[in-house]
Amino acid sequence: MSAAGDRRPAPAQGPGGAGAPPSPSRRRLLLLAPLGVAAAAGVGFYAMLRGLGTGSYDPKGVPSALIGRQPPEFSLPPLEGADLPGLSSADLRGAGRPVLVNFFASWCVPCVIEHPQLMRLAREGVPVLGVAYKDKPADALGFLRRHGNPYRKLGVDLPGRVAIDWGLYGVPETYLVDREGFIRWRWAGPITDDTLKQELQPLLRRHA
Amino acid sequence: MKYLFFLAFLLAAPLTPPALAAVSDPAEMLRDPAQEERARQIGRELRCLVCQNQSIEDSDAELARDLRRIVREQVSAGRNDADVLRFVHDRYGDFVLLRPPVKPATWLLWATPVLALGLGLTLILAMRRRRAAAAPPGTAEDLSAAERARLAQLEDGRSP
Repeated sequence: MSAAGDRRPAPAQGPGGAGAPPSPSRRRLLLLAPLGVAAAAGVGFYAMLRGLGTGSYDPKGVPSALIGRQPPEFSLPPLEGADLPGLSSADLRGAGRPVLVNFFASWCVPCVIEHPQLMRLAREGVPVLGVAYKDKPADALGFLRRHGNPYRKLGVDLPGRVAIDWGLYGVPETYLVDREGFIRWRWAGPITDDTLKQELQPLLRRHA
Repeated sequence: MKYLFFLAFLLAAPLTPPALAAVSDPAEMLRDPAQEERARQIGRELRCLVCQNQSIEDSDAELARDLRRIVREQVSAGRNDADVLRFVHDRYGDFVLLRPPVKPATWLLWATPVLALGLGLTLILAMRRRRAAAAPPGTAEDLSAAERARLAQLEDGRSP
């Protein structure tokens, strides 16, 4: 092939015309593109990992569908032997001050972790209302005897049906119902000291 | 050919029925097989919120079992599929639906396949046009006298 001495001249091309091969700067740009994508992905992953560390990002967290709504209608029987009234939706309608509804169970380890914070809230005068979720009455009673009772009212939800009406997907879960009776906040997981200071106490002040 | 098979496999994969539900406790099932089948169809649309990449039909979690029971109760009570799905959706929000609803927040999600296809087609067309412009197809008339002679020589040498 190379024997042909007189080759057809390349078609005339304007600078950067449609037919132009990529100019050196453009080629360099193309080579850098994958690096750019990798860098962006790296920054994204770093942000996610940081969020996981500080707790601001939770990939398994489920936003509650009940925020801004009134609690579902329900009426739960009291825990026998606890000497506390049962809990029903009427107790949450316009209580005149924000109240907390806490779902717990004696078989739930994170519930033990959050219990001191609930006790503290109760001491500070915040109404904490409890629901014993899928817990044998005797076990729930034992739990309160061992760790103290923060609840003003306590309903027993042995089949867990009322919990499903609340959109609960694990214990512990805590809901803040404001003075007008609307759900403003849901915390899935134990209320730690940090949760108390950074989330719950500012909310309680705002809705007081 | 191998490539074609692979492509066919990829295309067919979503059509194959999902693996049999992991949970098949006979005590949970409805007596009426038609109703049980409907309940399963509904259950496959619902995410288990405990083990989040499984439907409630596939999950062994306690909450999934409770939701399966609720779905079956409502199916046997004669409520239609949309009603049952709405019941769960009202309580658990969009996240519980394995097929996200089409609404402004999910438009981009639903449009992504179309957008990606459009982008790919545009890229292919643009590259083809550029290549066509860079090398316009030559004809025999474009050849110089020397090239034409060389071509004739090659053709002669090939044919016996």
